[in-house]
Amino acid sequence: MSKSFNIWHHIRRSPYQTILAISITSLTFFVVTLVSYAALVSSTLLTYFEQKPQITAFFSDEKKEDSIKALQDKLKGTGKVSGLRFVSKDEALKIYQNQNKSDPLLLEMVTADILPASLEISTTEPKFLADVATILQQESGINETIYQKDIVDTLLTWTATIRYAGILLIIFFFLLTILVTLTITGMKIILRREEIEILKLVGATRSYISKPFIIEGMLYGFIGAIIGWLLGYGVLLYATPFLSSLLQGIPALSLHIAFFGKTIPYMREVVVWPISIVLTGILLFLLTFLGLLLGALGSFVALWRYVRF
Amino acid sequence: MITFDRVTRKFGEHTIALDSISLQIADGEFVFLVGTSGAGKTTLLRLITRDLLPSSGHIHVDSWDVVQLTNKQIPLLRRKVAMIFQDFKVLSDRTVYENVAIALEILGKKEKEIETSVVSTLEVVGLGGKISVFPAQLSAGELQRVSIARAIVGKPGILLADEPTGNLDPKTGWDIIKLLVDINKRNTTIIMATHNMDIVNSMRRRVVSMKHGKVTRDEKIGKYQ
Repeated sequence: MSKSFNIWHHIRRSPYQTILAISITSLTFFVVTLVSYAALVSSTLLTYFEQKPQITAFFSDEKKEDSIKALQDKLKGTGKVSGLRFVSKDEALKIYQNQNKSDPLLLEMVTADILPASLEISTTEPKFLADVATILQQESGINETIYQKDIVDTLLTWTATIRYAGILLIIFFFLLTILVTLTITGMKIILRREEIEILKLVGATRSYISKPFIIEGMLYGFIGAIIGWLLGYGVLLYATPFLSSLLQGIPALSLHIAFFGKTIPYMREVVVWPISIVLTGILLFLLTFLGLLLGALGSFVALWRYVRF
Repeated sequence: MITFDRVTRKFGEHTIALDSISLQIADGEFVFLVGTSGAGKTTLLRLITRDLLPSSGHIHVDSWDVVQLTNKQIPLLRRKVAMIFQDFKVLSDRTVYENVAIALEILGKKEKEIETSVVSTLEVVGLGGKISVFPAQLSAGELQRVSIARAIVGKPGILLADEPTGNLDPKTGWDIIKLLVDINKRNTTIIMATHNMDIVNSMRRRVVSMKHGKVTRDEKIGKYQ
């Protein structure tokens, strides 16, 4: 009678408790999968918008190059600007032509003269957008200023909401999983009280008695994590057409991965959108590790609570 | 060698189960503990296995200071001091073989070694033909033999028996005593708590009589009373 037989034997003896434990753990990891993915997408989306030129100032034809240069220096001097790019009338025409190359009629009607020169500005942090906009508004020779404050603000709100709500949700489900594993392991300990007493009597060590319960808890966590991940991945695949239409025009979003400033070979950038196998693989690895940890923790607390050595 | 040095065990403030007991039991002895219910026999046995701690006094089992044992050392003591009970404490969902094998599995013995030891021990206790049988199919005497086999398979130096014949008919009880005598002949110390006057009087062994938690009589070759 090997130890593995022992664990299997006891799982078989209480199948409903096992099913309950695995179901709750699966639900937890299903939620964790979706929340993690939502947090990653919103976060990378925010980074994408943050890195785009956030303010564009369109100059009047009278605005001299010296004056534009002085403005650039002034903006650099604030320390709030991370990028500046001057787009001349000719460059503006090229961009326009590129954007409308499928419509010859529109191309014929526009020349470089009617397009304004502009300055594309990125800030180091989204909160500096308003300050930069104020400087531009006070500057003469600027016809129009447009900036993506609304998009970034909305994304900031969404990202923060997803993060906080997600963290709360994950904490709640983690606690629920630990509580369920604890309760079920506790019930199993009570069912096996006689066996535990005999094992103690014949000189079994604490670790010998605890090991099957800990392994059983870890098994619930492991299986629950895989099922939860599969369900979450299935939902993401099912929602892909909807997400594609929602994120139309957004190129591939990727996450820069580094541990203590060092990147992992072949994994410097992980694609978050469209859904990539690498990211879901990493997520599966992390979830199973968490599952093992939660299962072990629940069982450990139950042993501490119900078994006196 | 087991030594009790002025050992007292209280349950709560007013119930004194053992009252300043001093006692020595040499290696290889067969000792009967006798006395009425509540005399303190079971408490004394539980103190030897560190199932209980004394309220005061010292207990030594060979070189072990039982009171000072750490939690990690207690299992090691229990491998040296085995115990059997009136109610057998046999697992009903395990076969005879599996019940006995538990005692070796905890030691991390290999499967083959476990098999050899369990089979030979079951032969010793007369259950060689019932290896694959479940406890529900066994008589009370056979269940006690399973319990004895589990206790001795790890070759402990000391075997404590708490009323091992209490649930058995006289003939079966005698069979168990004969088995314990055989085990004692292999230099295993046996301490047996019992109410069975016939057995104690016939065996002519050391008898420690207890009453209200005190040793009232300790005779090298004693009788029940």
